[in-house]
Amino acid sequence: MARSVIDVSGLPTYAFGSRVTPWWGTFSFCLLEGTGFALGIGGYLYLAVTNKDWAKDAVPLSLLWSALFTLVLVVSALPNFLIKRAATRESLRSVRLLLLIMSAVGLVLIGLRIMEFSALPVRWSDNAYGSFVWLLLGLHGVHVLTDVADTLVLTVLMFTRHGTGKRFSDAEDNAFYWYFVVLSWLPLYAVLYWLPRF
Amino acid sequence: MSPAIEERHETRDTDLGDEELRARLSRTWGSARGLIGILSTVDHKIIGIRYAVTAFVFLLAGGIMAIIMRLQLARPDSHLVDAELYNQLFTMHGTTMMFLFGVPVGEAFAVYLVPLMVGTRNIAFPRLNAFSYYVYLFGGLMLWGGFALSIRPDVGWFSYVPLANLNFTPGKGPDYWAQMITFTEVAALAVSVEIVVTVLKQRAPGMTLDRIPLFVWTMLVHSFIIIFAMPAIMLASSMLIMERLVGTQFFNPDAGGDPLLWQHLFWFFGHPEVYIIFLPGTAFVSAIVATFSRRPVFGYLPMVLSLIAIGFLSFGLWVHHMFVTGLPEIGAAFFTASSMAIAIPNGVQIFCWIATLWDGKPVLKTPLIFVLGFFFIFVAGGLSGVMLASVPIDTQVHDTYFVVAHFHYVLIGGTVFPLVAAVYYWFPKVTGRLMDERLGKWQFVLAFCGFNITFFPMHLLGLHGMPRRVYTYPAEMGWGGLNLLASAGALLFFASFLLMLYNMIASARSGALAGDNPWGADTLEWATSSPPQPQNFDRIPCVTSGSPLWDQGDDNVVVGGLKVDERELVVTSIREARPDIREESPAPSIWPFLAAFATAVAFIGSIYTPWAITWGSPVVAIVLVAWFWPKTIEENV
Repeated sequence: MARSVIDVSGLPTYAFGSRVTPWWGTFSFCLLEGTGFALGIGGYLYLAVTNKDWAKDAVPLSLLWSALFTLVLVVSALPNFLIKRAATRESLRSVRLLLLIMSAVGLVLIGLRIMEFSALPVRWSDNAYGSFVWLLLGLHGVHVLTDVADTLVLTVLMFTRHGTGKRFSDAEDNAFYWYFVVLSWLPLYAVLYWLPRF
Repeated sequence: MSPAIEERHETRDTDLGDEELRARLSRTWGSARGLIGILSTVDHKIIGIRYAVTAFVFLLAGGIMAIIMRLQLARPDSHLVDAELYNQLFTMHGTTMMFLFGVPVGEAFAVYLVPLMVGTRNIAFPRLNAFSYYVYLFGGLMLWGGFALSIRPDVGWFSYVPLANLNFTPGKGPDYWAQMITFTEVAALAVSVEIVVTVLKQRAPGMTLDRIPLFVWTMLVHSFIIIFAMPAIMLASSMLIMERLVGTQFFNPDAGGDPLLWQHLFWFFGHPEVYIIFLPGTAFVSAIVATFSRRPVFGYLPMVLSLIAIGFLSFGLWVHHMFVTGLPEIGAAFFTASSMAIAIPNGVQIFCWIATLWDGKPVLKTPLIFVLGFFFIFVAGGLSGVMLASVPIDTQVHDTYFVVAHFHYVLIGGTVFPLVAAVYYWFPKVTGRLMDERLGKWQFVLAFCGFNITFFPMHLLGLHGMPRRVYTYPAEMGWGGLNLLASAGALLFFASFLLMLYNMIASARSGALAGDNPWGADTLEWATSSPPQPQNFDRIPCVTSGSPLWDQGDDNVVVGGLKVDERELVVTSIREARPDIREESPAPSIWPFLAAFATAVAFIGSIYTPWAITWGSPVVAIVLVAWFWPKTIEENV
């Protein structure tokens, strides 16, 4: 005969941060995508070391668009932090406002990345250096694009009748992933834009 | 909300008697009938069975390729197949066995068993789970569909550049190969994330870290290895397809690239891949040895630590596949040392299993007999592995049949023998009926003899200098006798699988009824009916021991207070598994299938034009939005 020894009826149906399963899902995806970035950088460095003509191929990239991109991206960590906080407090007004800001920031970043691509001094087919520049910028670009699309959908969602309860947890989770997009850019930026200058 | 609806939503498991509770939960957690229902299911057991059946079909297909190759090699100067077809055969055999059978079959068992063993009602992210299965299925169908249409990769299962470059291999074969990699790795990564989260967050209350079954620990480490290894091959295969499709230069030495970069990326994945395939085998062995020895596995802590050590060390070995590529000596020495070092945690595991059998009262049923076969074959393969870790020996026998013998001893011994054991062991849980023991023992005789007759002579052939991947050989080399023997063994080995297939079909129809726990095992999957209800457990168990079914006896302590008419499950804390949240598990949905379909169209299209990704991505995005958009207001609370 079953004997009930733990009563879970009073437990909440959602929570925030590492208490919930989606946080761990996002964390796991960050791990595997981070491994992808690390291996991409590893491949770039491998060729930089083994190829004696690398210095000749590695034309330094212009610093203009990437500097703007990096600046906006790093600054976006602030509204992102505020979203996390507002979501945890379940403050609908703040979450809506901040999501609008993050959507706009995301669209600006995509624009800057497009400008970056159009100004690149190498094509992917010129040499292996060019291939890696396009690969790494593209790989990170896909992450920006994915999270911005996610943010746009979430923004719309929070303006509908669904903007309640568990969706605050989703907003928090989305902000968590954005940190990954920001942090994964910094080593890429250093390697792609500054390493060839030394 | 009307009072009636409100009442329905508020009914808790503590309000109902056993029978009514079972019926209502089964309605809540069940899958719909009809085509849409079949494609919408998110039940981990149904998806797990689909994974397993699909993987076994690919095993059969890969096995038939092997038999054709053995028939060709049975005698010298044979012309049963020509060189071109032979290249396609060994490429398809290796690719199918590694990517479409070896990896997915381990996931199949994890998807089916882990949620049951940790005492929860469904896997974490069940829709992602459904999506992953369809992606895997479409990837396999694409590769074999291409094969049927004469689009056939023929550059080996590791598709080395420059051979796999457009200059040397025009046509679409390597592109199909590379995209199949993307499909199956997406699936494997998705399942790994689900398993990690299920193990960390959905364990039954009381299942502290030191009460997690070894099977589950193994699958957790296995999932982490996939998470860190598979991105390498996805990156590599994407680079290869870009090289062939849009003219990148990653691997072109004339433009600053390096063909060895491919080998590094491939083997950074490829060596952990061996453990990705092997670890599920050890998971089966741990479960089976404990049950049939009638005691928990000796040395729980060293077992878990060994698993984690294997996980880390498996990433430090990849270069031993590249000893003949002209590496610096210090590098080769390091990788020799690390390759030998991984024998230590593997050895610890073997000794712990033997100690368990020594101290227990072994019951020689078919699953345990196959595990004993595993010990013999895997240890033999491990020893030839230690030989190959030494650079001078490796240089001598590189690309000979010695290597073919070695890795078949490791992969078949380490994975397929435990897998057959696992089929016999869990078949009664999945179908409710036991498989025939007499046929099982005959199958073992056929498999054990067939395997060794096939692969042992290959060691000798390799030492006699027979290279891998040759479609025939002249009679004067003197390799004919041993090859004939190996081919005869292959037929026996193949027959053992046909016998298993017959046993499975016959036993599913008319095998002896199993009951909940036919082997008297100790883990939670045996605490529920065979086959389990859609909800897995009518009441979520509370765990107070590492062997709950042995130690807790008739004291059936459970969790109360979950809603009956919603898909609620208990989310617990990581270390101590304290109940923390009543999380709602996603309901069935057709969108994962549609998302997988859209992804497949985009991936296959991208073999022909890069624009397929540009046009396919928005479609996939729209489908994903439909997947995640809440359908009712209740989903939000």
